[in-house]
Formats: sequence, C-alpha cells, structure tokens
Amino acid sequence: MKLNGAQILVDCLKSEGVKHIFGYPGGAVLHIYDALNACTVIDHILVRHEQGAVHAADGYARVSGKCGVSLVTSGPGLTNAVTGIATAYSDSIPMVVISGQVPSAVIGSDAFQEVDAVGITRSCVKHNFLVKSADDIAETVKKAFYIATTGRPGPVLIDITKDATIAEVEYEGYPEAIEMRSYQPEVKVSAEQIAKAISIIETSKKPIIYSGGGSVIGNASQALRKLTRNTGFPITQTLMGLGAYPATDKQSLGMLGMHGTYESNNAMHDSDCIIAVGARFDDRITGNLEKFCPYAKIIHIDIDPSSVGKVVGVDVSIIGQVNEVLNALILGLEAKKLPNIDAWWKQINDWRLVDSMAYKTKQGVIKPQTVIETLYEVTNGDAIVTSDVGQHQMWAAQYYPFDKPRRWINSGGLGTMGFGLPAAMGAKLADPDLDVACVTGDGSIQMMLQELSTMLQYHTPVKIININNGYLGMVRQWQEFFYDKRYSMSYMDALPDFVKLAESYGHIGIRVEKEEDLKPALIEAFKQKDRTVFIDIVTDPTENVFPMIPSGAGHHEMLLAGRDDMASTNDSGLNLV
Amino acid sequence: MRHIISVQLENASGALSRVAGLFSARGFNIESLTVATTNDPTLSRMTIVSVGDDNIIEQIVKQLNKLIDVVKVTDLTATEHIERELLLVKLAVNNDSQSKVESQLDLYDAKIIDASEEVYTVELAGKSQKINDFINAFNADEVLEVSRTGVTGVCQK
Repeated sequence: MKLNGAQILVDCLKSEGVKHIFGYPGGAVLHIYDALNACTVIDHILVRHEQGAVHAADGYARVSGKCGVSLVTSGPGLTNAVTGIATAYSDSIPMVVISGQVPSAVIGSDAFQEVDAVGITRSCVKHNFLVKSADDIAETVKKAFYIATTGRPGPVLIDITKDATIAEVEYEGYPEAIEMRSYQPEVKVSAEQIAKAISIIETSKKPIIYSGGGSVIGNASQALRKLTRNTGFPITQTLMGLGAYPATDKQSLGMLGMHGTYESNNAMHDSDCIIAVGARFDDRITGNLEKFCPYAKIIHIDIDPSSVGKVVGVDVSIIGQVNEVLNALILGLEAKKLPNIDAWWKQINDWRLVDSMAYKTKQGVIKPQTVIETLYEVTNGDAIVTSDVGQHQMWAAQYYPFDKPRRWINSGGLGTMGFGLPAAMGAKLADPDLDVACVTGDGSIQMMLQELSTMLQYHTPVKIININNGYLGMVRQWQEFFYDKRYSMSYMDALPDFVKLAESYGHIGIRVEKEEDLKPALIEAFKQKDRTVFIDIVTDPTENVFPMIPSGAGHHEMLLAGRDDMASTNDSGLNLV
Repeated sequence: MRHIISVQLENASGALSRVAGLFSARGFNIESLTVATTNDPTLSRMTIVSVGDDNIIEQIVKQLNKLIDVVKVTDLTATEHIERELLLVKLAVNNDSQSKVESQLDLYDAKIIDASEEVYTVELAGKSQKINDFINAFNADEVLEVSRTGVTGVCQK
C-alpha cells in the first residue's frame, strides 16, 4: 500500500494504541496534521503553548501508566517543548514527542523555523531520532515507543523532516516487534543479590523501607504493600513515591527528606538497614551526604544500574523491575525468621509524639495547610492531585495523605513551575471519572495560564486550588531564613483578579478570604462536575514549610515549626542547596 | 587513575555527540577520544581515555551503557590489553642537530615519512608514555608541530 510519510506516522500511532495526542500545528507538521484530520480514533488536544502539550501528555502518562504522546512543529515549537521534555526525563515518564523538522535538503542552512532538535534535546531525552526518509518512519516509531516504555522509562523524541512526511512510499504495516542489539531492557533478577539482601535484613535491628518514584512507575504498589506488611517494617516514601504505599497505614512514617516528617528522617538516620526501592538518593532526600545514614547497610533496588552508587555507596544492589525484585524478596523472606523490631517501633513511636506536622492556626488568617486538609476532607482523599512547584507543592505532599499510586502528580525532579495545570488536564483525560485538583500558587499558575482555554475547549473539568499568598513563597522562605530577610524579587505586585480571569476563560471563579468560607467553597466547587472551577484562596503570606532540614544538615538535625530558630545556616551549607 | 574505555556503538549519525555530550554534561574528564568504524561497517569503536577515581569510572561505564546506541563498554585498564597511539611530529633539523635527531629516531624506532632540508615529519606508534618520552627527548625549539591520535586499544584475550 502506498502512503505518504504523514499517513504512515498516523497509522503507526494508531497501531500503537494511541488515543490522545497533545500538540500544536505549524509549517513543518502540516502534512501530519492533515493525516491526523482523517483519523477518527485519535483525539488531538490543541493546547495553547507547546510546553503545555508536553506537560499534559506527561500528566496523562503518570495517571494512565501509558505512553504520553505530543506533537509539535519545528523551531520554536520544539524549543517550547524542551522544558516539558526535561521535566518528563527527570521523573522517568514514558513519552514520545514528535517534532517537525525543515526539509532535509535545507537542514543546516539556518532555514525558517530550523533548530537542531536532536542536538538541543540530547541531554534531556532517553533517546532521540532524526528521520529523513518516509521509509524509516514505521521502524523508528516502533523503536521510540519500545525505548520510552521499557527499562527505566523516559521521553523519546522523533524529529521528522517535512519531506519525509510528504514522500509516498510502500508501507507494509506497523512492525510487530523490534530487536535492538544495543538496547536490552530485560534484566534477570540475581538470586545471589537477593540472598545477600536477605542476610542483611535478617540480622537488622532497625530496618526501614525507603520507597521512591520507581514503585509508582514500576506498578509495584501491591508488592510493596506485601513486603511491608509481611515484614512489619516501617516505610517512608519520597515525594515521587507517595501513594505506592498507603499514607494512612500505621506502618507509614510519611515523606522523608528536606520537608519530610521527624519520624521518617530520624528513622533513616538511626537505621541499620535501609531497603531503597526505586529511589535514587536525590539531594532533597539525603541532605548532607557526610551525615547521611551513618549506621545503615543499604540495599538498593533499581531498574537503572547507573542509579546505584551514583550518590551514595550501597552494600547490596539488586537490578531489575521493582515488581520482580520485590516479589523475589518477599518469597525469599517467607522462609526466614524476621528480626524482632519492637524496640525500634517504640523509638519510632516516640518520634511520632513530636507531631512534626503540627502547625499553629491564627484567627482571621487561612493557613495553607488547612486548605490542603480541607481539600482532602472534601474529596474524601480520593482525588487526583496535581501540583506546581513551591511551598504549595510541599504542603500538598504533606497534608494530603495519598493511599493509592498515580494520584499524586508533580514535577519532583526538575521542579517545573507551570506543570500543574496542563498536567491536570492530561490527568482528567486519562481518568475522567476521578476528581482532579490542581494545587498551585499565584506564581506557578501564571506560567501556564493559557491552558485554561484548552480546558474549556476539550471539557476537562478540574478544580484549581490557588494558594494565593502574594509571594513566590519558597523563594521568600529561603530569603527569610538564609538571606537575612532580604526579599529580592519574591513579591508579586499586581496579581490579576483570578475570579474574573477564570470567568473570562469561560470557567467559574471563586475567591476565598475567610476560613469559614473555605470548606463551603470547596464543596461547591467539587459539586460542579462538568466545570473547571478556579478557587483563589488568600492564605497567610508569612507561612513557611516545616519541618525542614536546613542545607548542610543531617536527617537528625531537623527544624520544627515554632520550635527552632532558622537563622543558623552557614555559607558552606548554602553551597549544598 | 587513568582508564582506557573501549566502546562499541552503532555507526549512526549523532552517536559521537551522544558520548561527547555525556562526558561534558556529567562533568567527566576526557583526555583523548578516537573513533572509527570496525570490520562490521554498522559498528564503530570508540576508545576514550579518562581520569577519575573508581566511583567516577564506574559511573562513566554505567552511563555509557545507558546510551541507547552503545552496544558494549569495556574498561580495558581492568583487563590485559594492548594500547597504542600514533604521533605525527614535525622536527626542525639543521646540520648541527641532524645526527642527534636521527639517533633519537633510531632509539625509538620512529620513522621519517617526509623530509625537507630543515624539517623532518616523523611518525611513531606506541604507548602514550613512550610518545611523551620521545617528544621530551627534543628541545622545545626543535618540536615544530605535534599531532597525536589519542589512544586506541584492544583486549588481549
């Protein structure tokens, strides 16, 4: 059958089972858009900015577990997409991004809307391809999806020249399988390493499970629950891992790291056996490496060998799919006598009494923590929550206990402001039956506001919870603590009227200024099943995120709200930020 | 410590940039890099000399393995191996220095591949240390131009 390259591409996407594409047309992809127009099984979401397209595809992928797909034009279309691609790369999200490229005959001539897409994205993709011939499209698409979704997932870019989309060639159908001698993501779990891990676990007195984003991406939630329950060990989860193990369970110590709980961080510090599950010892987790987990033997489970030993030396590494490794570990531990850790739990329960998440309410002021707690109450803890980046992100992670995986959607690795709104749109398309809340702030929301328009066009009703404190709050917090309250450029004068703004986009806007109005407003908002509601909530502008491990400190040196003086970080500590 | 890392990778456009980009993006040190196709025209072999402690070298090997185009990575330094580098050097000669220069060439088994009245162009293959020693055997004003290929190597077994 003779088809042009664009038609082949669309047929490949169809064969791959793609249902949604987030994109924006332009000169280099007009043939592709023409072919898409004739396709009835793929819904294309026309965003208002390419960064929004990639974030939406990302949110879609995180919620559905499928590969997100995005389509952009050459030049600025691609460069706008780069932040989204880097965001997905940081959090290992499966994604295929297709970009148009100028005709192959003029590549390198500084043609109109030409950039070296493969060069620009090289360091923020798992892999990328430049396709200059229609003959290569089918195989490349097959490879791209295979690479994006297997092993440690990640974004893959396919840059296609315009002439390749126009040329008519013989098309033999989408390949069923692909062999790549240079890429073999299947790993057999080493029985020897499992045995080594078990011998450490058996003799431990203060074990802890430290689970990360890999448990979510690797769909290992069930196995993680089983391991944790079978062993009776405490578990702490990273920002990216929240939900893989139910936060409301008694064995859960909450999040760890810079803004983690007192019990999590102290347990990490005192532990003699850390079982790291799909976690990569990010600097927000470890704090000062010299003070990190001084007594622990570390077992590291990861799909990516390069994650092992990158930051922290480990005693046993087990490479493989998190799910498979956990099941092997569960099986291996069944025949073993597990250590008695009553004394360890007593210690942990003493730390819990510190109640590190307590915060002081103030008459006449809405505390941001209260907003999240109310959101949790109103949604029965069962919403998908996306967030932007900053203080509100930490509060959402701290005060909305997630009991299920793929419900907490945030840019943990790259920390991309503007992620939350388009990700919420993608999340709603992935799971239309669930309530979707986008927790954001007055700074972040203004980075991707234009997507409110897309959300109207495609009927993706989400509830935007704007923690409006008039500041770039996390920047302000750091300036308060570490720069003698010199608030350089962290205050935004002239915020828009968010209610009118939402209304102008065809949505509902609600402003909340008094605490007694908070819950009724949220109840009212979530009653509006078919509408996007922007709830602009005026919160305490001076509130800070606690607990906190200040820069340069160890897990046992946390600062607690209202109990510690913050002005004690030295310059060498700031370098570690 | 100095390591020689041999990388077999797909002979695809952009493969070299992926490797070079990896080293610069992750702050790995690169002392030399050579690349050419092998007897299998779909494969290239790249030989990289890098300096770093064991942890860094381990990361380099792992990160190289992670590149999709990379088929195989070997740390030659960890095995019995042979390494060679090719030097082309232009040496200034005159009546006074000629015999001294030629005796050095004999000593190192270096070969004159082009000669004029005042300049010898000389080739020498060997381990990097031998090439360093050879260059250092001349006065600075005698060495007019140096071009080295960087190290290439193979496992002995």
